[in-house]
Amino acid sequence: MAAKDDETWPKTWPENWPTRRTVLEAGGAATLLFATGMPARAQQMPALQGASVPAAPTTPIKLIINSREYPLELDPRTTLLDALREHLLLTGSKKGCDHGQCGACTVLVNGRRINACLTLAVMHQGDEITTVEGLAVNGTLHPVQAAFVARDGFQCGYCTPGQVCSTVGMLKEVEAGWPSHASTDITTQKVSLTEAEIRERMSGNICRCAAYPNIVAAIRDVAEGTGL
Amino acid sequence: MKYFTYERAQDVRQAVASVTSRPDAKFISGGTNLLDLMKLEIEQPTHLVDISRLPLDRIDETPERGLRIGAQVRNSDLAADARVRSRYPVLSQALLAGASGQLRNKASTGGNLLQRTRCYYFYDRNMPCNKRAPGTGCAALQGFNRMHAVLGGSDACIAVHPSDMAVAMTALDAGVETVTPDGNTRTIPIAELHRLPGTTPHVETNLQRGEMITAVTLPPPPPGRQIYRKVRDRASYAFALVSVAAIVESGGGRVRSARIAMGGVAPKPWRGTDIERSLAGEPASDRTYTAIAESALRDARGFNHNAFKIVLAKRTLRRTIADAAQA
Repeated sequence: MAAKDDETWPKTWPENWPTRRTVLEAGGAATLLFATGMPARAQQMPALQGASVPAAPTTPIKLIINSREYPLELDPRTTLLDALREHLLLTGSKKGCDHGQCGACTVLVNGRRINACLTLAVMHQGDEITTVEGLAVNGTLHPVQAAFVARDGFQCGYCTPGQVCSTVGMLKEVEAGWPSHASTDITTQKVSLTEAEIRERMSGNICRCAAYPNIVAAIRDVAEGTGL
Repeated sequence: MKYFTYERAQDVRQAVASVTSRPDAKFISGGTNLLDLMKLEIEQPTHLVDISRLPLDRIDETPERGLRIGAQVRNSDLAADARVRSRYPVLSQALLAGASGQLRNKASTGGNLLQRTRCYYFYDRNMPCNKRAPGTGCAALQGFNRMHAVLGGSDACIAVHPSDMAVAMTALDAGVETVTPDGNTRTIPIAELHRLPGTTPHVETNLQRGEMITAVTLPPPPPGRQIYRKVRDRASYAFALVSVAAIVESGGGRVRSARIAMGGVAPKPWRGTDIERSLAGEPASDRTYTAIAESALRDARGFNHNAFKIVLAKRTLRRTIADAAQA
């Protein structure tokens, strides 16, 4: 069900709230101050004051995310990932490489996993977009989320939302009988989700902590639980 | 990324007219390569025509018992299609050997054919590149050229075409259906779609400005066993160092017919018509395949870091042809 337009959603954070971003920025500023003896803000100010970039024309669009409809005014250059993170503050989807190589931004569009960083938000009017924030139902974790927790399928956690969304999409592909490069017989409709199959099918999601053994174990658990 | 205006195409002819009438307009479909290049400002279109929702997403049987693949069919759908898997397994294998699950879900058939090279110097705007900035020179010739071409390159460019799908389609003698700026349709044999660099590496295809790929047609599957073998630095999600698409029909200890194409070695999918002719009628033996592989790479030219590809290509050819020749 799409939410009504009048339903409140914080377009911007309440002013006094600390956010992870401000905390990180404050940390960064402190580090820079320590390193250079100059406040980072002071260094940035002249550039900010000197810049007079005219606002680019925007396009009105509506995105359906996690079954809610969000009206937006976007510069056509806005990627789906930036629309989610910067405009809707749905920061679960992560920006890693921003070039489709790491998979941290993986979301589901009409049930299919894609890289949100390599697609324009304006191209997704009318699509059903699911992010990691939309997987749990009434506070109950999605089975894939629960399996990642149970198997400790992460270390720092930055790639995890992408890994989880990718897994949800990948399991649907297996259910639909899609073959992979690791499949010995590409004509068979019944895929046996071996470790080699999981690793091949998840190769678009990089984990710099190399939590791969536990990620594979978590996915095996979900697959076995659903009879794949 | 530079600013651009955006338009969702209503139909093919309107989309072609829209791109034709603007000097810096481009079609966008999956966007997985174009947006990557736009972020780096290597591509700077001023107008994008979104063709991803045009009704070109079907795979249909042709009267000749071949397939007609709409240009908007996603790579993952094409690889998973039951008809492709059973009748054109080399195409499924090639698609599944390329990119990642997420990218295949987005990348279109037409866009895959038109993707740009991943040459490091093409991507690095601080370096000379005749493809990106004509006349500036080629940094790869004397640079780190491990991924680069050993066949078909020129003194202006040794970048390789990165597609796996196109290599399989080349072996299958595919046709590329287009709508031209004057509104006519034509079919270009896939071997004539891409151009060798010569002195104009920035001109990569024989398409006119504004011409749109609408479909790829596959003739009936040729007789014989089909195999796509890709050799790369990682087990998954990496571009080919060398790849071979082989379709070989054999019987009575002899090769009856063969179709061979190579990827990762040239600026375009490299069809081995000469070696196909040489193979026909020869004994199905390792001696034959070794001789064929030698002759296929006869004109190859290696550079500082990629000479290994010549040896690798010969071995990959020999092994893939041998496997495909096993009835």
